[in-house]
Amino acid sequence: MNSRVLYLLPLLMLVVMAGFFGWSLVSGRDPASIGSVMVNRPAPRLDAPALRPGEPALTGDLLKTGKPVLVNFFASWCTPCLAEHPLMMRLKEREGVTIIGIAWKNKPEEARAWLKKLGDPFAYAGTDYDGMLSLDWGLSGVPETYLIDAAGIVRLHYHAPITERDLNDTILPLLRAGK
Amino acid sequence: MIPELGHFALILAFAVAIVQGTLPLIGAARGDARLMALGSTAALTQAFLILLSFSALTQAYVTSDFSVANVVANSHSAKPLLYKITGVWGNHEGSMMLWTLILALFGASVALFGANLPDTLRSRVLSVQALIGVGFLAFILFTSNPFLRLSPAPLDGNGLNPVLQDPGLAFHPPMLYLGYVGFSVTYSFAIAALFEGRVDVAWARWVRPWTLAAWCFLTLGIALGSWWSYYILGWGGFWFWDPVENASLMPWLAGTALLHSAIVVEKRDALKSWTVLLAILTFSLSLLGTFLVRSGVLTSVHAFAQDPARGMFILAFLLVVTGGGLALYAWRAPKLTPGGLFQPVSREGALILNNLLLCTLAATVLLGTLYPLFLDLVSGAKVSVGPPFFNATFVPICAPLFAALCVGPFLGWKRAELWPALARLRGVFLAAVTAAVVAAVAVDGRATLAAIAFGFGVWLIVGSLYEFVGRLRRSRLRSMPRSTIGMSISHAALGFVVLGSVATAAWNTELIHTLKLGESAPFGDYTATLVKVEPLQGPNYTAERATIVLTLDGKPYTTLTPERRLFTVQRRQVSETSIHTNLLRDLYATLGEGDPQQGWVVRLYDNPLAPWIWLGAALCALGGFVSLSDRRLRIGAPKRTRATSVQAAE
Repeated sequence: MNSRVLYLLPLLMLVVMAGFFGWSLVSGRDPASIGSVMVNRPAPRLDAPALRPGEPALTGDLLKTGKPVLVNFFASWCTPCLAEHPLMMRLKEREGVTIIGIAWKNKPEEARAWLKKLGDPFAYAGTDYDGMLSLDWGLSGVPETYLIDAAGIVRLHYHAPITERDLNDTILPLLRAGK
Repeated sequence: MIPELGHFALILAFAVAIVQGTLPLIGAARGDARLMALGSTAALTQAFLILLSFSALTQAYVTSDFSVANVVANSHSAKPLLYKITGVWGNHEGSMMLWTLILALFGASVALFGANLPDTLRSRVLSVQALIGVGFLAFILFTSNPFLRLSPAPLDGNGLNPVLQDPGLAFHPPMLYLGYVGFSVTYSFAIAALFEGRVDVAWARWVRPWTLAAWCFLTLGIALGSWWSYYILGWGGFWFWDPVENASLMPWLAGTALLHSAIVVEKRDALKSWTVLLAILTFSLSLLGTFLVRSGVLTSVHAFAQDPARGMFILAFLLVVTGGGLALYAWRAPKLTPGGLFQPVSREGALILNNLLLCTLAATVLLGTLYPLFLDLVSGAKVSVGPPFFNATFVPICAPLFAALCVGPFLGWKRAELWPALARLRGVFLAAVTAAVVAAVAVDGRATLAAIAFGFGVWLIVGSLYEFVGRLRRSRLRSMPRSTIGMSISHAALGFVVLGSVATAAWNTELIHTLKLGESAPFGDYTATLVKVEPLQGPNYTAERATIVLTLDGKPYTTLTPERRLFTVQRRQVSETSIHTNLLRDLYATLGEGDPQQGWVVRLYDNPLAPWIWLGAALCALGGFVSLSDRRLRIGAPKRTRATSVQAAE
């Protein structure tokens, strides 16, 4: 190899590396986000006893209605759930989105009282008191929200309370496209 | 008023640095002695101004001046004085101030102790040093001003992260920065040499003390950080391959390589262009570490308040410093005349092998650290690269390095025979193999690889001692060059680090158990009993302190008192480890959550030889300092003409 080129090699390596760093800074990626293995896979099972008395138990059929739905795991003891609750209400009332709520490790009567006090955004509500169902969903805590498309495939998985920005930039466009 | 003075001094220092970064450079090119002389004066002025500015910030911390935003964010009136002072550099802005201060102090030292350097070289070194300073001062003034006022001033501050309120950590950043920034001098020497178009024996001799000093401090800094994470984080480990730990390890590896390749330039006038490249890369890796910690491109336990704008600034700076250096290298290095010839089997050959392996290690760490970032950007896939990767890559590369380390000193310069050198080491080899076998048998053959690694540790210690004793037979200790004594100390110390690391990682005993008051649990050869848990009131925290009695063969052996502290202002819990050491093993306890009904979660570790890791590292740095006190470095380097004539006579 031409020795001149050899002497340029360290500089070229630096340029490539700096390119990556610049890209990383501009892309606005969050190194703390760990992603989700659930995304782009069929939604897991959804067998759960109903939260509200007198309603039928939840089944996987609820995810195969030909319409996208949201699945939201929540608990009455969870303050971030309280924070995202108004957005859930807005999704139901203004956008007419079907939301399936699952009360996670939460006494059903406490979850019901919580919904009664704040308003109930859920078209269907189930309970996962022992946390077994959430294992299949790869849940790490509450609140977590999944967007399931018309074909029953998980498209989004939020590990944190959803925000106004998530709603406007990601969730609503996907929901509208899915209709 | 004082913060404004500090701010003003910083702006003045910035202006002085710009002058220092340009005029002496022009002077050196034109041969104008007056412009060149400006370099030293400017360097001293700049250091004085930054010292003033840093003192102003320290004053704001000590007096808890809560009209300064930086003090509010990082200090609290209830904090002990020591931690008020160390809090100055416990945050992004203040740590950049410390960085810049050290940079300027190094510049001033070159001005003070560099009287014997040729004028052109000294003024160029000072200019390059000042240009680095310009970058950092601009960074502080334009993106991270520590003197910003807050109005109205709050009644009290938001405190310092309680995990950082610890003497081990208080002095970890200054040591680390002395290391990182110390390599800036080496960098400046390399750039100046490229400007001059000559790298020779005298140059290597002038660079060596700066490299050595920086390396010693970096060694101490890394060791302090590791020691701190060992006893404060309560995980029982001493190295976690965290991106920021790696960021400090990379310049250390490159700096170690540089120390060795500079010897070849000094003794044999060879490897010049490579040594210059290493000098540029070592400081670049220091800057890379800064970038990684502060830009937020990687996650780490060391996260500073992160800000993409700052990240962009440091990236641009990194590009200018490293890119500029490497471009200059690509342009000028081919013109450096190669020096002495040598055979592959020779002292030079051994030192090249050392460089090859150390650089491979640094590249491995770089790859492991940045791979998740690259992969995420290219494919969106998230991976975590941790201990399994480094154990599988880093550790095996150490084996040939350690194996060759003891052989190298037995090889002569220019041309040597390998077999006679190996034959002289057969006793050492036997000792190492015996140690490995004993280790394998004694710890019931649980970990063969660990036993082999243990053998390597013994090989390093015995081999270095053997070489030293052989030297002692030929010359008296008093007349032996300090640099050789230093080498033997550092090489043997590395063996102690290896022994400590291997024993702690492979042969430790760990117990995580829930104990109620009065309950006991077997722990290795010991029995651990939780005697009591009592509340405690500290200066700015409340704590629970457990008393755990360890008995050996029914007799009380020692009492451990781990605490769990709740810092009231920050509402943060910190576990205070309790360690009993006899220098051969650490008994280590931490207290977890609990209450009288359920019992407390107690973690106990028995880490054999753990203290040797840090004693070894300290010894390693000591070896460096001994070498630094060598006559030929103390008296000052010879004049260039003499150096060349000595060279010619050889």
